[in-house]
Amino acid sequence: MSLLRRVGAGVMVLWGAATLAFISLLLIPGDPVSTLLGPATMASPEVRAQIAADYGFDRPVAVRYLDYLGTVVTGDLGSSYQLQRPVGLLIADQLGPTVQLALAAMVTAVVIAVISAVTTAGRARPVRAAAGAWELVAVSLPSYWLGILLLTAFSFQLRIFPVIGAQDLAALVLPALTLALPIAGVLAQVLREGLEAALAQPFAVTARARGLSQFAVRLRHALRHAAASLATLTGWLVGSLLGGAVLVETVFGRSGIGALTLQAVGNKDMPVVMGVVLLSALVFVVISNVVDLLHTAIDPRVRA
Amino acid sequence: MIHVEGLTVSFSGLEAVRDVSFTVAPGECLAIVGESGSGKSVTARALVGLAGDRAEVTSRGFTFDGADLSKLTETGWRGVRGRRIGLILQDALVSLDPLRTVGAEVAETLRTHHVVEPSQRPARVLELLAEAGIPDPEQRAGQHPHELSGGLRQRALIASVVAAGPSLLVADEPTTALDATVQVQILELLGRLKREGAALLLISHDLAAVARLADRVAVMYAGRFVEEGPAEELLAAPAHPYTRALIAAVPAAHAKGTRLSAPVQEPSVTGPALPARIAALLTGYESACPYVSRCALADQRCREEDPSPTPVGERRVRCHHHDRRLPDLPPISLGETRAPGPVLLSVENVTKRFGARTAVDDVSLELRAGETLGVVGESGSGKTTVARIALGLLDPDAGTVRLDGEPWSGIPDRLRRARRRRIQAIYQDPLGSFDPRHTAGQIIGEAVALPRRVRKARVAELLDQVGLPATLHTRRPLEMSGGQRQRVAIARALATGPEVLVCDEPVSALDVSIQAQILDLLATLQRDLAVAVLFISHDLGVIHHVSDRIAVMKDGRVVESGATAEVFGSPKEPYTKELLAAVPTLATERSPR
Repeated sequence: MSLLRRVGAGVMVLWGAATLAFISLLLIPGDPVSTLLGPATMASPEVRAQIAADYGFDRPVAVRYLDYLGTVVTGDLGSSYQLQRPVGLLIADQLGPTVQLALAAMVTAVVIAVISAVTTAGRARPVRAAAGAWELVAVSLPSYWLGILLLTAFSFQLRIFPVIGAQDLAALVLPALTLALPIAGVLAQVLREGLEAALAQPFAVTARARGLSQFAVRLRHALRHAAASLATLTGWLVGSLLGGAVLVETVFGRSGIGALTLQAVGNKDMPVVMGVVLLSALVFVVISNVVDLLHTAIDPRVRA
Repeated sequence: MIHVEGLTVSFSGLEAVRDVSFTVAPGECLAIVGESGSGKSVTARALVGLAGDRAEVTSRGFTFDGADLSKLTETGWRGVRGRRIGLILQDALVSLDPLRTVGAEVAETLRTHHVVEPSQRPARVLELLAEAGIPDPEQRAGQHPHELSGGLRQRALIASVVAAGPSLLVADEPTTALDATVQVQILELLGRLKREGAALLLISHDLAAVARLADRVAVMYAGRFVEEGPAEELLAAPAHPYTRALIAAVPAAHAKGTRLSAPVQEPSVTGPALPARIAALLTGYESACPYVSRCALADQRCREEDPSPTPVGERRVRCHHHDRRLPDLPPISLGETRAPGPVLLSVENVTKRFGARTAVDDVSLELRAGETLGVVGESGSGKTTVARIALGLLDPDAGTVRLDGEPWSGIPDRLRRARRRRIQAIYQDPLGSFDPRHTAGQIIGEAVALPRRVRKARVAELLDQVGLPATLHTRRPLEMSGGQRQRVAIARALATGPEVLVCDEPVSALDVSIQAQILDLLATLQRDLAVAVLFISHDLGVIHHVSDRIAVMKDGRVVESGATAEVFGSPKEPYTKELLAAVPTLATERSPR
């Protein structure tokens, strides 16, 4: 029953995302045929009408909408106007590098945040002030600027990491760090607040009175409470990773969904944009559900 | 054996505990009794080296089984905590990690101190849970605190504390927030541990609750022991005025109309005991007795000279006037044999279900003008649901409620609104029922349906009626003490000139001495305003003191009802008898009913 409800809710979100994407593309100025042909191409009205008919642009909006939904349901995302390849394949090609980047960034962010929060929660004022300061800086850094800064330092000056392109592990370090730092800042803030709230609870006193060290209480008891408070941030986290990927992939010249999206938006390549929107919605729905399940595993009181 | 000499704990220069000395031997129980802010919890935590990072702990002697604890490092303390001294806190719902199973919590103590081989740990956990009186330990070990009843999880907490066999148990309010019958069971469990040889330091705000277990009692006020000695002697002939006030404040022993607290001379000092330095600043006397502002015996000597401990019998008392008699508290005359008035509120065969659970099952109650009807029951008995139905906040599924003969349930809320002023509510937690940004004046003024220019005068009048200074009207809830907040809540309820007051656990969150003041205030108001009171409480002692008639609730039903003397004097139902047996009473009953 609850599984059915989850799937139903997920489908509703996907449908809403598809509809919103459809509407927003309708509202973009410029007619699709010109976009398809590109700025340099001259075409007679007859040819343009022929193209419009081929692509179905001449049909009423409602029909195009239903038709679009129908193809989406069957798993067909259409073909890119620019690249003339099926959108599904395009996305599948670019998915790998982006997933790699997002996962690497997430793990980095969580590790940095946990270390920062566990070592500074409930400490003396100067320590917490320093932690708060670095987090604030990390949150506020624009990632394109941070990326360029890291590139300048580590690639051009120190020559530790490759400048651009290469898809090996060394090439992943700087992009992942760029994407991770702002996220780590926010996670560390939320984690520390959660840790401090947990450490102020009577059970923390009970645990210490049992003979546990301050550090053990943080790791064994408080961290789990703090992790539960992170669950509410999932939506923001997914958004940051996907949105951040667009900028980071561009700055570092990596291929991936971000680069693909940027290109597609610039070229008004609507099927690709729609495909990416649907993919993001799907990722969001899946991750939200996974986190919900995790949350129940972490905090048994949620079940009740 | 623990021996403490001259323990002082201060936080940034303010002394929360001042020069406290005691010894607890194996198999002995010392109870430290005092109100919130008296320093008793800080004392408890200092005994396990957990007074906090900001606390400065000093002592002239602090030994446990011969070992000096005063110079212990953090690593040294970790070997003592849990292994040699155990700390039991209040309310296992939050004192055990709510995200872990109770079995894991017990196992953690075993692992921390390497008590048994890892392979034997699960079996030992089950043994410990069973020894703490938890039936079916296999199932319970895998459950979380919120899945257990209050009594069971308190037992689990105790099992986790005694797992490594500490020889001193420090129990800080171990039975507070539990139902009376469960309280008795937990005290019995602690009593058994004591008989088995543990030294027990019991800390409580409730003298009556700990009296049955304590061999010695120390009464703590403003950070120091003001009276300390053998329990029997101290309870039978209390010497310090504060001890006497505490004993007088226990409602169970005193009939309706008996005053529980001394009339307050200065309403501004009804708050908790002040740290000595602040009290000195306020009174202008450098070394006054800390109790001086609340003491009926205080004279010039008390303002100029802080009394040092004086032996009285086997006790040590810090009072210049321990041999003087306290003036008798004037009774609250209730008017001789008041004739019961007409029925104001009647609840007739009311039933309320929440899903599959029947919260209230065919309950009938009648409340007459000027009387107090006490509804008593343990948690989950349906008494709060009855209160909400009586207030017209919840419609019953069956049955009717009448207010002054006219239908009060089953009618549209719009019809109730005009009559709401006639029935008002007072809750346990005024903080939760106040807008934290409003001042006391705004909170009360909101309920006064008068034009702005006369409203202020009415608010002042109401504040005076509940014993608060008019200057308090600019204060916000967080700037008031618990007692002051409850007085403001009463003033707000009185603002509409109600004929019926519904009080749902109005004194349950208060210290005994503040509780006594609020109960006296309610009794006085009832006498002056002839208001009818539906008084709901889990505390039989309180109910006994305030009620003319009583209804005992269990599982949503009224199992016994009648005049207070009748129900308490010759209870018919086994459940009522069980409840009565659990009421903490003192040997020094002053005025049997």
